[in-house]
Parts: sequence; C-alpha cells; structure tokens
Amino acid sequence: MRKVIFLIYVSLFIFNWEKAWSLIEVDITRGNLNPLPLAVSPLSVDQNSKEKFKDSLKLEDIGAEISKVVENNLRQSGLFNPLDSKAFLQKPDIAHVKPRFEDWALIKAQALITGDVKIVDEKLRVEFRLWDILAGKEIMALAFTTVSENWRRVGHIITDKVYQRLTGEKGYFDTRIIYVAEEGPKTSRIKKLAIMDQDGFNTKYLTLGNELVLTPRFNPTNQMVTYLSYFKNLPRVYLLDIETGIQEVVGDFPGMTFAPRFSPDGKKIIMSFAKDGNSDIYTMDLESREVEKITNHPSIDTSPSYSPDGKYICFNSDRSGYQQIYVMRSDGSKVKRISFGNGLYGTPVWSPRGDLIAFTKLHKGKFYIGVMRTDGTGERLLTENYYQEAPSWSPNGRVLIFYRETKSDSAGKGFSAKLWSIDLTGYNERMVKTETDASDPSWSSLLTD
Amino acid sequence: MSLNKIFRNTLLVFFASILLSACAVKTTSKMQGDVYTGKDTVEYLASGVPDRVFFATNETVLTTASRETLRKQASWLRKNSKINVVLEGHADERGTREYNLALGERRANAAKDYLMTYGISGNRISVISYGKERPVDSGSNPLAWSKNRRSVSVKAN
Repeated sequence: MRKVIFLIYVSLFIFNWEKAWSLIEVDITRGNLNPLPLAVSPLSVDQNSKEKFKDSLKLEDIGAEISKVVENNLRQSGLFNPLDSKAFLQKPDIAHVKPRFEDWALIKAQALITGDVKIVDEKLRVEFRLWDILAGKEIMALAFTTVSENWRRVGHIITDKVYQRLTGEKGYFDTRIIYVAEEGPKTSRIKKLAIMDQDGFNTKYLTLGNELVLTPRFNPTNQMVTYLSYFKNLPRVYLLDIETGIQEVVGDFPGMTFAPRFSPDGKKIIMSFAKDGNSDIYTMDLESREVEKITNHPSIDTSPSYSPDGKYICFNSDRSGYQQIYVMRSDGSKVKRISFGNGLYGTPVWSPRGDLIAFTKLHKGKFYIGVMRTDGTGERLLTENYYQEAPSWSPNGRVLIFYRETKSDSAGKGFSAKLWSIDLTGYNERMVKTETDASDPSWSSLLTD
Repeated sequence: MSLNKIFRNTLLVFFASILLSACAVKTTSKMQGDVYTGKDTVEYLASGVPDRVFFATNETVLTTASRETLRKQASWLRKNSKINVVLEGHADERGTREYNLALGERRANAAKDYLMTYGISGNRISVISYGKERPVDSGSNPLAWSKNRRSVSVKAN
C-alpha cells in the first residue's frame, strides 16, 4: 500500500501559479446555502489509451469515470454545485486546451475543470486544469502519474487540489474511513473491521467477524489502526498494520483495555484500563513500550483524545456523578471540567485545527452531536436524533462523521446502524453509503499531502 | 336518554377502566423504578438460584433484590467449591459505547465484591464487560432496557 502511495507523484508543470488570482471565492465560514456552480468536463482520452484502459480496468470511458468521482466529491461537500454535463457545449479535448469562456458562462458555470488522461509507460497519466470563467483565465494546472488501478484516487486528488484552490483550505477527499461493519440480530450482532474510500467505494473487510471488534481509530501519521477486540473473550486494545495485516495486543494489562486513540505524532496510544470496577486513562509508548498512568480517580475516566499539539487531553469522566467532558494537561495535571450544559456528555474529540471539541450529548431521551470551544464555551448542537454518537473529524476539521441507530420494535425489527456526515456549520447532513450496517467511523489523514 | 341507558354506559366505562388499570399493573409490575424485577429472561444456576441481577439507568448500586440473589449465588458457590464463575456486566443501548464498557465492568465488579463479602474467593470470579454489545432483549423500550442493564453469573467450568 505504501508503495502505491508513493507512486503518485504530483508534478507542478505549469506557469503563473502565484500570479493567478481569481474572482471566485467560496465562503466556508458559514453554512453554504448557495453552492458555487461549476462544470466538470469529462477528461478527454485518446482512442489508443481508451482501448487499453477498457482492457485493463473494464471501464468504457475512464475520463468520464474520473470526472464522475470529482463531481460526486464536490457535490457531497455541499459547497459546490456541479452542473449537468448534458448542457456542456464544448468538447472535452478542445475545452482542455482553450475553453470558450462565453459558452461556459452561458450555462452559469463560474469555474471549469478540464483534463486529459493517457497511458504513458503502462501508467496512468492525468493532466488537469482549473479555469476561472468570469476572469477568463486558467488558475491551476497539475499533472501526475500513478498505477491504473488507482484511477479513483486520481479523482480524489483532483478534488483536493480544486477544493484547496477555491476555498483556501486543505481538502479531505483522498482519505479513507475505517469503521465497524455490522450484521445480524441485535442480540448476537456480528462485527467486522472494514475500510473504504471516503466516498464509500473500495470497501475491504479486515477481520472475519469471529470475535467482537469495536472503535477502530487511524494513526494520523501512517497506515496503523488501533481498536478493541474480544479475541479469546479478552477485551483488549490491539494494533493493526493495514499494509501487512499484522496485529498485536497493546501492552500487558491484567484486565480490559478500551477506548484507544493515537497521539497526534502517532507514537503513543492513549486508552482506558478497567480494573476492579474503576477505569483510568493510560498511555503506552509504541517504541519503548513504556506505560504511564495519566488519571487516578475512583470514577470512570474514558474516551481520551489529544489536542493536535499533544499538550492537552480531553476525556469523559463521571467524577461529578454523571458523564461530563474534562480537559487536562497531557501529564494528567490541571484537570478541569468544561461541559456544564443540561444533560450528559460523552465521546469528546479534539478538532485537528485545535480550536473545537466535538462530542455526543444525551438530553431528555435525545442524542446530539455538537461542538464546543476547548474551554467549554460556545456550545453548538449540530444534529438531534433518537440515537447517534462517536463523531470523528475530517483531517481538515470541516466535517464530522458519526453513526446513527434507529429504534426497534419489541421484536427487534426496524433497527439499523448507518454512518452520517455533517458540516461543522450544521448544514449538509448526509448518510454515508456502506455495504452493510456500520458504526464507529474514524477518518484517516490525507493519503497524499 | 333513559336512566337505564345512562346507568349501563357508566357501568361500561367503569369496567373498561378496571381492565385498563389491570393492563398497566401488568407491565409496570416487572419494573420497580426502572430496575427490572421480572423473570422473563432469567436463567438459573441451580434450582432457586437466579443467574442475574439488574440495575437502574446509569447506576451500579445493588438493589435489595439483587443482594438477595447474590447471597443465594454465594451459598450455592460455597457448596459447589469446584465451580468458578464469570460475571458478565452489561449496559442498555441508551449510552455511548465506551462509557458503557466501563459501566458494564463496574456493574460486574459490584456483584463480584458482594459475592466476596459472602466468602467467595476472588480467584474463583472473573469479570468481563460487554457494554451494550450483547443485549438480551432487542427492543427499544424501557422494559427491554431494564432487562439489558444486568450482571450475569456464568459457570466458567
């Protein structure tokens, strides 16, 4: 897998990168109710390459397929409105060289993405350009080469570049989601670790479902995952290398370890260890294997999550009598409660930007996903439902993914568990398609930066 | 309207309300507060020795009925000194997954501590929490949740 990632090398190949200025500006500070209209022209493919891709990938028109990936990503973001390609007047190959801006302005496109795909030395080479229709100029041009099987990732990388150019923030499209795939009745649910691209494609199952697995989380720096497994009926935190499939137990604890997460530098795992009815927070250094006890309190302390600079930890504790959110220094000192609203608070997760903590709130029989500042002020509830929990941030801190369960009748019918995403602003709530029922999502970092 | 008819209607309403209140008693009688007191899902370690105890929402305190059940388990375990038990702690589905794992562990340990005060060696008792992962009743209603907030003693050998 790593080899594949490095095979994608992005090469800047065209002029006026810095000089480029544009009239287009996407406002992402508020919920965007007027998504920017833009046109994603199908990437053009020469006949010879088209035939080769048809043989190797079984795709009728790889150019159109990559464009569909880009178009879908942009639409899902809620910030862009990709226009119907039936309205396009110019042919893809000509548009890529010199778009007739009047034609694109006529269909109200403010930006245009064009491109070209071909086979070079058995590899897939893509070139794409982003045009500002109103200013009548090119504002970005990039080319890169990768193995053909990675064609969907090409679409994600193009989306990331376009998103960054137009919003001024990094994208989150060339990423993956690890989650728990669920099947069977509630009383004997079968759970497997699963991984998929952020847009729901390329699902792979990483465990067979022989033992219960819960709460997988990505290492923000590499392809490692930490999760809870009931292997041999001993609930313990495990480490899994997605590239090699090798797994190992984390530490040698005489009891249940759970609620694992990586430190931002990826070198430590922070988790809860439960013994004799008391759960405290511990860290283990993955290199030295040194274990450190961080909290020492007779209450339940769980769901720890580091701030992106690694200096603080937010966590869930019932030391006040009920579940609330606390923040402390990473050595366990200066513990301070930050949640004071009505109801119970759980699953705090620190935003990768550092300024917010996302959480689950339970109040009067309803569950909410919300965010608050790291001192507990400015609480905002983004979504209310019968049951939902466990938000995970997109790597740019714009979007939260979480899971939602539906109510079942007394026979257990009507139950489902699905992944949902919502913008930080509370707009653009969407179900994330998965092959099976799903829970406990965790968002990876960008695969290429 | 004849007096007779009014009388008959009143009587009907009267019987209907008796019927309704009987129904209400029937369902609530399985819960005290929100702790399950019924026997629907209970299994037995031996005759007269129920295998499980139930908890109130978010609580880990043993009720009077739970303590009585655990005393029966302790006396049975004293008589059957070769048998070890696993205490499986559970929570209902109305809580976050990680907190529920801790809560299940705390519930099972509350039961373990009580068995130990009645003379059962800690070596014979192990504890595992399933959080909300293994409900016994798959319904989404208060009665189902009350059955699921439990600690179950299972023979380990």
